[in-house]
This record gives sequence, C-alpha cells and structure tokens, in this order.
Amino acid sequence: MQPTSLAFKDRARDAVTDAQLQRALLNMKPGFQQRRAATVAKLPEFEALRDQARDIKNHTLANLDTYLLRFEERVVANGGQVHWARTGREACEAIAEICRRAGARTVTKGKSMVAEEIGLNDHLEAEGFTPIETDLGEYIIQLRHEAPSHIIAPALHLVKQQIADTFREAHTDLEADRPLSEPRQLTDEARAMLRRSFLSADVGITGANFLVAETGQTVIVTNEGNGDLTQCLPRIHIVISSIEKAVPTLEDCSAILRLLARSATGQEFSAYTTFSTGPKRAEDLDGPDEFHVVLLDNGRSAVLGTEAEDTLRCIRCGACMNHCPVYGSVGGHAYGWVVPGPIGAALDPALIGLDQARHLPNASTFCGRCETVCPMKIPLTKIMRHWRVKEFESGLAPASVRRGLSLWAWAAKRPRLYRFGTRLAMRMLGLLGRRRGRIGWLPLSGGWTRFRDMPAPQGRTFQDQWAAASRQDSGGR
Amino acid sequence: MDDAIPADDVTEGESGPRVGLFVTCLVDLFRPIVGFSAVRLLEWAGCRVEVPGSQTCCGQPAYNSGDRADAADIARQVIAAFEGFDYVVAPSGSCAGMLREHYPALLADDTDWAPRAHHLARRTHELVSFLVDIRGMGGVDGVRYDGAVTYHDSCSGLRELGVKAQPRQLLGTVAGLELHELPGAEICCGFGGTFCVKYPDISNKMVGDKARDIVATGADTMLAGDMGCLLNMAGKLSRDGAEVRVRHVAEVLAGMLDEPPIGQSRRS
Repeated sequence: MQPTSLAFKDRARDAVTDAQLQRALLNMKPGFQQRRAATVAKLPEFEALRDQARDIKNHTLANLDTYLLRFEERVVANGGQVHWARTGREACEAIAEICRRAGARTVTKGKSMVAEEIGLNDHLEAEGFTPIETDLGEYIIQLRHEAPSHIIAPALHLVKQQIADTFREAHTDLEADRPLSEPRQLTDEARAMLRRSFLSADVGITGANFLVAETGQTVIVTNEGNGDLTQCLPRIHIVISSIEKAVPTLEDCSAILRLLARSATGQEFSAYTTFSTGPKRAEDLDGPDEFHVVLLDNGRSAVLGTEAEDTLRCIRCGACMNHCPVYGSVGGHAYGWVVPGPIGAALDPALIGLDQARHLPNASTFCGRCETVCPMKIPLTKIMRHWRVKEFESGLAPASVRRGLSLWAWAAKRPRLYRFGTRLAMRMLGLLGRRRGRIGWLPLSGGWTRFRDMPAPQGRTFQDQWAAASRQDSGGR
Repeated sequence: MDDAIPADDVTEGESGPRVGLFVTCLVDLFRPIVGFSAVRLLEWAGCRVEVPGSQTCCGQPAYNSGDRADAADIARQVIAAFEGFDYVVAPSGSCAGMLREHYPALLADDTDWAPRAHHLARRTHELVSFLVDIRGMGGVDGVRYDGAVTYHDSCSGLRELGVKAQPRQLLGTVAGLELHELPGAEICCGFGGTFCVKYPDISNKMVGDKARDIVATGADTMLAGDMGCLLNMAGKLSRDGAEVRVRHVAEVLAGMLDEPPIGQSRRS
C-alpha cells in the first residue's frame, strides 16, 4: 500500500465535515468502548494478564531469531513450507509463484492487514489471478476499491446505505429492486456471493494472529467463519504473516488470546479461533494439500532494539483506535496507511519512514487513553514523543514551528525578561478583551480563533500582583 | 502510575510545611485568581506558601514538540527554583505531571541533574489531590456556590496522577453546589497544548463534541483543574453562544468568585 500520510491534515479537515463518515464513526464509538469495559470488568485478572502478555512478547522479541527458526522447523516437520520475505515485494512474488505453480485462477482471502500492507491484491491481479476478499468488511471495500479504515473493522467508515449501493452496483446479476435496507439482507447477499467463490477457489490465503513456535501452528481469530472456509476448501493454504506474530508456546498463545477479543470487540472469545497445523494428513477428512507460510519482515527487524521496539508487541486488537478521540474524529483513512490510530502513530514512522508519517505522531493530544486500554501495555505516547524528537532533531519539523518554539524557549529561559514581556502583553490583551471578556480574532492565532474565542486574560499577571502584594506586606511591617 | 508518594523527609514544624507554588504559565498570564485561590486553599490546609519569582513555564511546549534541549534547560531552571521546598504544588495536572513524571525521564542521562529531578518529582503534586491525599483535607468549610456544576477530568491529571475522586470529594462539601456528572468526562477536550493550533480542525471537532456534552448536562457551571483545557472549552462554549460559566475548580473551592467566569466580562 502506498502511504498517503503526508496528506493527513487535508484529509482530517475533510473527514470532520463528512457527514456520512461522522455518522459511521458515531455508530462505532460507544459500542466498542462499552462492550470492552463490560467484559474486562468481568475478568479480575485482566491487569495481571496484561503484564504477563507484555512479558511474553518482550521475551519473544528478544529471542525472535530463535523462535522463528524453531517455528520454521516445526512447520516443515508438519509437512508445510516456510518462505522468508525481506520486503513486501518478495512476499507478493513468493505468493504469486505458489499460485502460478498450482495453476490457480481464483484466490480467496481471509482478512489480513499484512496483505493490505504489501498490496497483495494488486499484485495478484497484475499477475492474472482473481483475488476475492471473504471477510465481509474486506469484501465491501474491495468492491469499492478502498483501503481499510480500521484494522478489525475495515469498512467501519461506511453506513448501511453506502453498502447497499455498492452491492447493487457490483452484483448486477441479481434483481435490481431487491430490498437491501436491513443488515441481514446485506449479509445474506454477501454470503451467497462468497459461497460461489469459496467453492471455486484454488488457493486460500489467510493472515495469522499468532505463530506458535513450539508447534509450528498458525492461528487466526475471526467471527465470520470465512477464514475457515478460505483455508479448508482450496487445495493450497498460504499464510501471510509478519515476523513479530511469533509466540514461544501454546500456553503463551492462550494467555494473549484471553486479552485479544476482550480488547478488540469486547467478546470473551471470538466466534472462531483456528489453529492450522500443516497440510491434510492421511487420516484427516479435509484440509489443504499444501501449507505455506510466508514470513514477512518489511522493516520490522530494523525496529528491534530501537525506541519503537515496543510497537512490535501489538496484537492488532484495535482498542487504541476504538478509544482514541483523534481517530474517533477523523476515522482511519486520514492516516494514509494500513495501521491508523495511536498504534499507527507509533508504528508507521518506523515502517514507512518518518518523512512520510511525520504528521501521525504529532496529531495526538497525548491524552493517554490508548495506553490505558492497550492489552500489551505499549507506551504509545512515549513512542510518539520519541518520533517528535527525531523529527525536531532531523529538521523535518516545519520552520514556522521551530522559529516560534525557539523564540518562546529563549524567553522562558530568562525569567526577568519573561516577566517584563508577559506583563506588557497581558495588559494589552486584557484591554483588548475587557469589554466582552473574550477576543474573537488575533493575528497569528487563526488556528485558535477560527473556531473558538480567546478568553481574555485578567490583565495583570499573577507574578505582577504577587510581587506588588509582597511589597505592600513588607512595607506595612 | 505511581501512587502519591509523600516526600520522605519533610520536616514539618508547627507552622506547617513550606510549599512552593508552581503557578503555571497559563494561570500566571491568563487567570491569576486561580493562583490566589490555590494559595488560600493551601493555607487552609496548614501550609506556608511561597512563590519563586524565577519560574516561567514547565517546558511542555518544547518537550512535546521534540525539543529536548530547551525542555531540559527549562526543567533545570524549575528544579533549581523549587529545590528548597517541602512540597511543590501546581494548580494543574498537566504541569504537575510534567514535573513528576517527565522531568526524571528528560534528565535521566544527566548525572548531576537526574537525582535532583527525582527529588523534585517525589515532592510535586497537583493542587486538589495534594489537599486531599497529602494534607488530608476532607472538605471546605463555609464555602458556598449556588449552582449546578459539571466537572471535566483533564487527561494528565487523571491518567498520570490519578486525580478523579479528590475534586469531587471537595466539591461535595461546597454548600449549595449540585454536581451533574459529565458523560465522557474522561475524554480529552482537544486542547493538547500545541495540538490545538497545529491541527485546529481535529481539535475543533473534539472540543465541539465536549461543548455539546457539557450543555447537555444542564449544568450552569463547568469546572476543571487545568487552564489549557478550560481556555479551550470556555472559548468554544462562548463561540457557540452557550450560557455556561467556566471556572477553575480552585476558584470555587476557595470561594474566590470576584473575577467573572473565564471568557466573560464584568458586564456579561
């Protein structure tokens, strides 16, 4: 996926005035938040689990090479194959090559943000294959040629009516005047369309929520059952996963699983948690003939050992964006890359470059709500601040910001001068706002006064009044 | 988040602990009455209050813009100015959080200043939580405020310092005051320091939502413990034409209501 994060400001401005998007965002916020809160409240050991999960992932990341090699060894022992890909391009080519050798035409896909990251669908289409998304949200945005706007709810930016319009446009062999106003009608139609694809697919591609090193299993967590049909029906199952999904053991996996659905959708467990252990064995009734795992780096190993390393603990639950007031105001597309929200603001600069992603860590009030809900205890604001330091030190910050800041800092480091200057300035502002108590417009303050009044200062600074009162006190004695 | 750590070596004489008031730049410049309210409350709580003249700002604008060098210079200046006090108290969760949580991180690699930063951090508190948690203030006697009040929890105070119950406890003892809880009180108002001018459209969306929630409570007065958030919310409420009086919580607790509410004039 080509990042468009540099356009964040413009997209954010469009987003806050987009009535349909705002309606969609309003629909999502209370649901995710309340369901998470309710299910977390029912699990007394939730906080202890967060610590445990953080420790598991920290240990894994510190020994990632060991666990990935162990994982590969187990996959091969189970009869599968592992393909190592340094870049998205290499991963796409490895997958296309498997499809070519299989003589595939139709390729079904479960939801995978890594596949979005590497632009897998475009690559497969260019190679002559027909990739079909089978997750409902992904299916909808594929029809609309859009990117996902949320990592667990890719079509979150849409309202029902838009989806109905999309289906009417795409499913031209169905009756034009069929009723599509109810969610049930929409899902039934999608299910009927997808059923055809499941049965005709030669290759099924899924992502992975976990790679279990001790067993060589890949794990997916889903609610629609599409992932299971994607990986069981075709002859070939390809798993595309980034390397940081590894966990050492099944125990570790289940500890983190207890956090994942609770944090994501507020379910205790998702409807399906599927462990894939290689191709069909002689005694199995079904399953694929071939099992491939494509392990993608795409910049992650370079994040190890840096200040952003903690972002690699992320299990993509989406809790940070579900609770983020900035994400809740602008939605996911404004961020311009596959991972939006607070985790995107912390992770994306590491993966697509700070020059591309510089807005994302800046577009935060540091309110810290994301950190309180992150199941993996990722210090998101600390990492965003780290990127701001990098930006400042490398001269990427806009010149106007740097100039204003250095002038202010120069004064703030000279208390006497600062007191003198602020005393004068506040007197003036106080006079300016005396009649109404507020100021509607100020030069160089458009960012504030375009939308808000500037409450007028009282006029005399505290330091000025305090000094005068102290003089009077000592004079009186 | 650390629990409130009382300084371990406070030598409290009969005259009470010596408290250095960190006024904060926004109170100093925009709303001195909050500083005087803080002094009154601290004196009620048995403290001797001093105000070092060499303070300017806590350095957050630099720190949050990635300018660590200037932020560290300002941190050293604050540390030097407040070193001799038993406690340092600020009428702001954001600035107190900066001194308590971030100065030690900022100066961690500075062998001379790191211990001094920790020393300051241990004794620094947000005003209302200091009154309740450290000074054991149970309520304010003889203070009256006739009105329906709602309260916004500013983010740094809430999440860095655990300021939540303390203001409600003290407000509950103000005669005539009726507290209407604000739905989404823990959601950021969209101020965020330089955020509000760097990303004005997003900030406006957030504070617009907040203003609507405030009006919907039916309260006639809106309180919070941080000037930045208060200026933001008061500015939006007045631009929207909402008739809500906005004050810092310390003004109401200290009964210092001589100044018109934030963003209003003596006539309005």
